[in-house]
Amino acid sequence: MKVFRIIGRSFRDAFKSVFRNFSLSMASILCATITLLVVAVSLVIAGNVEDVTKNLEKELTIVVYLEKNATTEDAEFLQSSIESMSDVESVTYKSKEEWKNEMSEYDSSYSSLFENYSENPLLDSFVVYVKNVDSLDKVTNNIKALDKIESASYGKDAVTTIVSVFDLVEKVTIVVVIALIFVTACLITNTIKLTIYSRRNEIEIMRLVGSSNTAIKMPFVIEGFVIGLLGSIIPVIVTIYGYIIAYNRLNGHVIVDLITLASPYYFVFYIALIIMALGSLIGMVGSLMAVRKYLKI
Amino acid sequence: MKFIELKNVTKTYSTGVTALADLSVEIEKGEFVFVIGHTACGKSTFIKMLYREEKPTKGSVVVGGVNVAKLRNGKVYKLRRKIGVVFQDFKLLPKLTVYENVAFALECLGLSSKEIRPKVMKAIEIVGLKEKVRSFPSQLSGGEQQRVCIARAIVNEPKLLICDEPTGNLDPDTSKDIMKVIDNINKDLKTTVIMATHDKEIVNRMKKRVLLIEHGVLTGDYLKGSYKSHEGI
Repeated sequence: MKVFRIIGRSFRDAFKSVFRNFSLSMASILCATITLLVVAVSLVIAGNVEDVTKNLEKELTIVVYLEKNATTEDAEFLQSSIESMSDVESVTYKSKEEWKNEMSEYDSSYSSLFENYSENPLLDSFVVYVKNVDSLDKVTNNIKALDKIESASYGKDAVTTIVSVFDLVEKVTIVVVIALIFVTACLITNTIKLTIYSRRNEIEIMRLVGSSNTAIKMPFVIEGFVIGLLGSIIPVIVTIYGYIIAYNRLNGHVIVDLITLASPYYFVFYIALIIMALGSLIGMVGSLMAVRKYLKI
Repeated sequence: MKFIELKNVTKTYSTGVTALADLSVEIEKGEFVFVIGHTACGKSTFIKMLYREEKPTKGSVVVGGVNVAKLRNGKVYKLRRKIGVVFQDFKLLPKLTVYENVAFALECLGLSSKEIRPKVMKAIEIVGLKEKVRSFPSQLSGGEQQRVCIARAIVNEPKLLICDEPTGNLDPDTSKDIMKVIDNINKDLKTTVIMATHDKEIVNRMKKRVLLIEHGVLTGDYLKGSYKSHEGI
């Protein structure tokens, strides 16, 4: 009973204290709001960079041409051989006839060009999707080693450059996000420390009348949690509505069609959850650190 | 065993200053003891050691059978629940009423509102502030604020009441009133009282046991009524 009473009073005191020390609480809440807003924006950017990188990597494929004399059975055998490779995600077959029809439909000049040939000059092909972009080179070499393969390629230099550029952008974004979270933690913690500094008398009295350390810490930790949570409300609203509006206005992509924005549903709610968790956690830890300073016995 | 027993206590701060040197003293249950001496003579260190705000560098401090010097940090609160402390600067919470300030001590201990109310009212009655229960500290005089501080210190019915210059900020008449309240607590509730003070007038008038500390050394232990203030103290 005693424990529940102390917990109950801690919650009551924490909420009372947020309103009783309104100006100081507001300073802490505003600090949390501003810094969490910056973190939310950087998380949205980081999430999109990762999304674009993943989508681009998905588009990277190996185009395989079969030898002219390869039969349908050869094609079937080769398809199953390639599919059985551990790094291969999927294989799509396209016959030379399909190529011919597609090209003729795309441009009629191709039709007249094909008429000069007694038989279809094109080759049967596979488009190979890999599980991991790093395995493109290995899979290409393995395919080349198979019989009845005319060529296998994935535009080595261009692909390598794109992948390394996006890798770098992704890494830089992660570092920036981590740095921002660190700065946010420091700022919120320091503001809460100031709030608690002004109440060190209260802590001293609690100690002297025989409160256990846990009973002293509890209301302050809950207060930190409340401040962090209240501070995350505006960033959460701005992130959710802002992103959905921006997504609809831009039709889901930025500058070129290739750079698509992550679909708002679930993505933006994950970010909102992270911001709320981050705010309340930093608030709690900040309060705990600050109150511990005055608990020396 | 005596209620309070200090044996060969030495306290040297990290700055190298020795506040108390080889101090030994015994205090019986229910005694009223003044601790006197010049500023920075070691009075406050002596007082703080009793409620484990400071730890001795050497020696032992036993309060109510517990060696305070060996008490683990996590257990100190149990000792403090048996001790009431009255401060020169009152240390009241400005945004709480008189009732709430006194009740605060019991709330920290996890008592229910039903248990708290009669105890708080009794303590407030003892210090004579029944009419001011709803007032805030800023609406009270210095003497009244000190009474609230005393009520908070005794509300938990402690075995030991420690007073660190409780009349230091008060005029002579108010000081007299406060001393009367503390004396009554000692007589009626049989609470052991240890009081650090500068006030010669009070020490002479009250005729209690007096411990004189000079430069960290206990230079005099005057039994009830045998102390007469002398030059400089």
